[in-house]
Amino acid sequence: MEIVKTKENSSLTFALEGRLDTMTAPQLEAEVNNSLEGVTDLAFDFAKLVYVSSAGLRVLLAAQKKMNKQGKMEVRNVCPEIKEVLDVTGFSDILTIV
Amino acid sequence: MEEITVHTDLENLDKVTAFVEAALESYNPSMKAQMQLNVAIDELFSNIVHYSKSADATIQVEVKNDPKQVKLTFIDSGVPYNPLIKADPDITLSAEERQIGGLGIFLVKKTMDGMEYQRADNKNQLTIYKNLA
Repeated sequence: MEIVKTKENSSLTFALEGRLDTMTAPQLEAEVNNSLEGVTDLAFDFAKLVYVSSAGLRVLLAAQKKMNKQGKMEVRNVCPEIKEVLDVTGFSDILTIV
Repeated sequence: MEEITVHTDLENLDKVTAFVEAALESYNPSMKAQMQLNVAIDELFSNIVHYSKSADATIQVEVKNDPKQVKLTFIDSGVPYNPLIKADPDITLSAEERQIGGLGIFLVKKTMDGMEYQRADNKNQLTIYKNLA
């Protein structure tokens, strides 16, 4: 998976490309853990993401919990297949999907 | 029927996924079905790697027509574990209250068309069925 990080003042965007799965989730988790200081607007861009497994959902949940304390978080450009994963797991209610 | 046996190392997830994709290629599965299968392979293989203590895992692929359906069986010789008797997670809780565990198997249950577990010959055999159309 490729992670393209764009930071502007207190806004941070992670654009993900490929598979957010058991193999790649730790990579995103490390990026998230190291980058959120002072961030008030966090976004994940899923335009080039192929799929998400539960390991990826865990990272999104941890990021959402952190951002609930310090700002807001959005998930952008979610394809219908990934949207269904978010729907059946109840993550659509937890995350802000725009 | 085709099968692949690999060491229970997460590094082999891509190998297993590629093996199943290749086995299904001539059946032209829908992109959605293939994606859901790939997620299921991720969840079930990583569960075996993390919890079974089995040295190897075997994945069998069988495809049939009318209706076009794939049967995937995950076999390991680790500790007995039937994921189907585990309670589903409460998906209505808020982010703060959500538990981290159990999500993977739940996701597989929701996206596959059938699941079976069998303990035979001291092996765990977990089978999933998915319609490919």
